[in-house]
Amino acid sequence: MFALHRPQRSPRLFSSNPAGALRTLLLVAVCIALMFYDHQRGHLQKIHAALSTLVYPVQAAVNAPYALANWAQEKLAMHTALVKENTRLNQELLMDSVQLQQTAALEQENARLRELLQASAKLRGHVVLATLLAADMDPFRHMIVIDKGADAGVYEGQTLLDARGIIGQVIQVGPVSSEVALITDPSQAIQVQVNRTSLRTLAIGGADVDTLSLPYLANNADVKPGDLLVTSGLDGHYPAGYPVAVITRVHRDPAEPFASVTAQPVADLDHGHDVLLYFPAVASTPLPKPEVRSTKKPLRRRPR
Amino acid sequence: MRNPIRRRANWVIVVTYVAALLLSIWPLPDWAEPFRPAWLVLTTVYWCLFLPHRVGLLVTFVVGILMDSLTGSLLGEHALALLLVAWVTLKLHLQIRVYPWWQQTLVVLSLMLLYTFVLFWVDGMLGYTQGSLLRWMPVLITTLLWPWVMQLLSVLQQRYQVS
Repeated sequence: MFALHRPQRSPRLFSSNPAGALRTLLLVAVCIALMFYDHQRGHLQKIHAALSTLVYPVQAAVNAPYALANWAQEKLAMHTALVKENTRLNQELLMDSVQLQQTAALEQENARLRELLQASAKLRGHVVLATLLAADMDPFRHMIVIDKGADAGVYEGQTLLDARGIIGQVIQVGPVSSEVALITDPSQAIQVQVNRTSLRTLAIGGADVDTLSLPYLANNADVKPGDLLVTSGLDGHYPAGYPVAVITRVHRDPAEPFASVTAQPVADLDHGHDVLLYFPAVASTPLPKPEVRSTKKPLRRRPR
Repeated sequence: MRNPIRRRANWVIVVTYVAALLLSIWPLPDWAEPFRPAWLVLTTVYWCLFLPHRVGLLVTFVVGILMDSLTGSLLGEHALALLLVAWVTLKLHLQIRVYPWWQQTLVVLSLMLLYTFVLFWVDGMLGYTQGSLLRWMPVLITTLLWPWVMQLLSVLQQRYQVS
């Protein structure tokens, strides 16, 4: 085009051969080495953290219109709409408090029964509010960015919840932001139990963002559509007893050893809203969890 | 450089790359996500084609690593795919530059196939093989966008005299 008249050799350094074989091979080798080391998660934590700080402005910029729209909606909302919303929220609060009264009684009863059974008491964690940024990541993975990082004490493997249930876990911690894999990500599996029967199984992610599959249920397993799945806590990762998904379809083929069961997550996995980071209560006997707070220290002591 | 009238206008290149990164993570509805064009490939091919002495493999590598961090993929995955695209473009830039637009579009098609194949291959080794057919949609869409993106970028380049 118009650049044609330019001499091919311009006087700048390195310009004579922009695609030199040595440079190409070197950079390709760097890429491959990076992928190798990154595949064993944890080796490149420092680089990931630095890069996440570097790209955070881009993510924040993409999120800005959504944040602005929310803010404007709040500021410009009509008085009547606000009053209406206030009334509705007050009613919801009342309903919830009534249910909470029962919960308190049930909890006490539960503790007493556990004492009778000499089982360890359930420990309650606390939660911290975070926001999912409206930024898409790899279209064939289900991942999301939140606006809290190591500065808020976020650690790798931490559970993320919303008002309805489990969202996923933190897989990468940066200084001011973190990456979260949703429970429907193809790389994720979560230990669940059917709330009705306490039947335990695994729910794994896949291609679809609103589908979990339960591939390890026998053909005669007692499950039916509508059953609630809650975390069992046996994976030592997710806290026990939180809702995960509702079974949507059970298909039993006598020719197959396992039933084909799918479930729909109860949490709102879409982006751009408030979520909760779960901090487990400190147990008297520490759980074998090497990941906890690992971002603050050098990663040499990682087992892998 | 030797001609003082000609400003270097580095910022135009930076702005186009930042725009490409922004568009790459701009939230889309779930159904539209597999159809997202590979904006970064278009930008890389353009600058490697028309400013090969300024934008080369090193810039491509850095941008690719940033893209990896943004998409949460393996560090080096997008960088590797982009590097190969940039390398082919740089090798053939004198020929591709004089092609008519439809022939250039065919070149972009093959570059996109290369790019997608590398990503597909790395993901396959990691075990993420979901949506195999949908994966090839961006190839088509990105290719169709090339003539327009090329026009837009060359207008920008002429307007701000990036050279």
